[in-house]
Amino acid sequence: MARPPRDAHAFPIESIVTDNSILQKGADAVARATPDGVARRVRGLSDRAVAWIFIAPTIILLLAINIFPLIWTIQLSLTNYRANRPNAEVRDVGFRNYERILGNEDIWFSMQTTASFVVLTIAIQTILGFTLAYLIDRKFRGHAFWTTIILIPMMLSPAVVGNFWRFLYQPQIGLFNYVVSFFTGAEPSSFTMLGDVDLAMWAIVIVDTWMWTPYTMLICLAGLRSIPDYIYEAAEVDRASAWRRFWSITLPMALPFVMLAVLFRGIENFKMFDMVNLLTGGGPGSITEVASITLKRQAFEAWRTGYSSAFAIILFVTVFGLGSIYVKALNRVKQR
Amino acid sequence: MSENALNQSPVKRSLARRLFRRGPWEIVATITIALGVFMLMQPFWMPLYTYSFAVILAGTIGFMIVSHFPE
Repeated sequence: MARPPRDAHAFPIESIVTDNSILQKGADAVARATPDGVARRVRGLSDRAVAWIFIAPTIILLLAINIFPLIWTIQLSLTNYRANRPNAEVRDVGFRNYERILGNEDIWFSMQTTASFVVLTIAIQTILGFTLAYLIDRKFRGHAFWTTIILIPMMLSPAVVGNFWRFLYQPQIGLFNYVVSFFTGAEPSSFTMLGDVDLAMWAIVIVDTWMWTPYTMLICLAGLRSIPDYIYEAAEVDRASAWRRFWSITLPMALPFVMLAVLFRGIENFKMFDMVNLLTGGGPGSITEVASITLKRQAFEAWRTGYSSAFAIILFVTVFGLGSIYVKALNRVKQR
Repeated sequence: MSENALNQSPVKRSLARRLFRRGPWEIVATITIALGVFMLMQPFWMPLYTYSFAVILAGTIGFMIVSHFPE
């Protein structure tokens, strides 16, 4: 190798050579101290094998916390196992649990409730989130402060949110009823958000929207901030109207981010449990009983573990299938 | 490239390539999944709900397989 000129280095070349020789001596000492058996084994390993040794702990952890429970759930779904009777005989029932679930009208109704909840919340949150992001992106005076204020609900625990919204929805003392009566003129105690069959679903949708619109806004804001200014400048030179700029530049370029927000919220709301459980518990009757609530009732109130495992697998395959096609669509939009 | 692939005639190879292209098969799998999800959540007819999981499962497994087809 050609020796570099002396002034090209920050340190004199001799000192580097000396350091290298020290390092070499150190390495030799370590090699001598290594037991023969270990040295032979390490020398025999390829780079690929060493790489596998390093990533093996992570893979084992992933298998233990993701794949193993999944396989176990599939296995349980084919049995009549009940977790409250661990010593009872476990029989293989084949696909009978799946047949029962797919022939049960109550579960069919809970799937419809889940669909209504997911569609309503996603539509409202996406429109509101994008609108808020569009306004915040204009960088008005104090926009950073308002962004932080808007983001606060998202940072709260669902347990806290569920509890204080229960107080807000109280017909006698709740603030929500008073605000509604202020605008509509109706008596505050004439309606109850959580106890009315027609209003209970909307009560949950309002809370979920209040809590998670900031999240949608944040993702949309990232999309809007990623659009380069020169595109808008070129559009202004071409005398494009604000409406035209929005439809031809802003929306198409922010669309992958909006789709990402819809994907995240869609998956989350499909398996929504905590908020519904805290606010209505699935009631009144079973009008707000989404799939996760039914699943919990079957698993931990009726103790039909095999049956609820089959239901969990149905939900998982549905979310997985939807997620796959959504990610495909997202990639296609990004490539455009 | 394997010996079998080398021995294949160009006509056979092009037929297989034309049949097993990712694009159209992915569309088929996507439509199957979407149809299955609609069947699962529609409020109109119980038998559609009963067969929904089979349709979703077929679509999802199909999607995983066809995503490995060449472009």
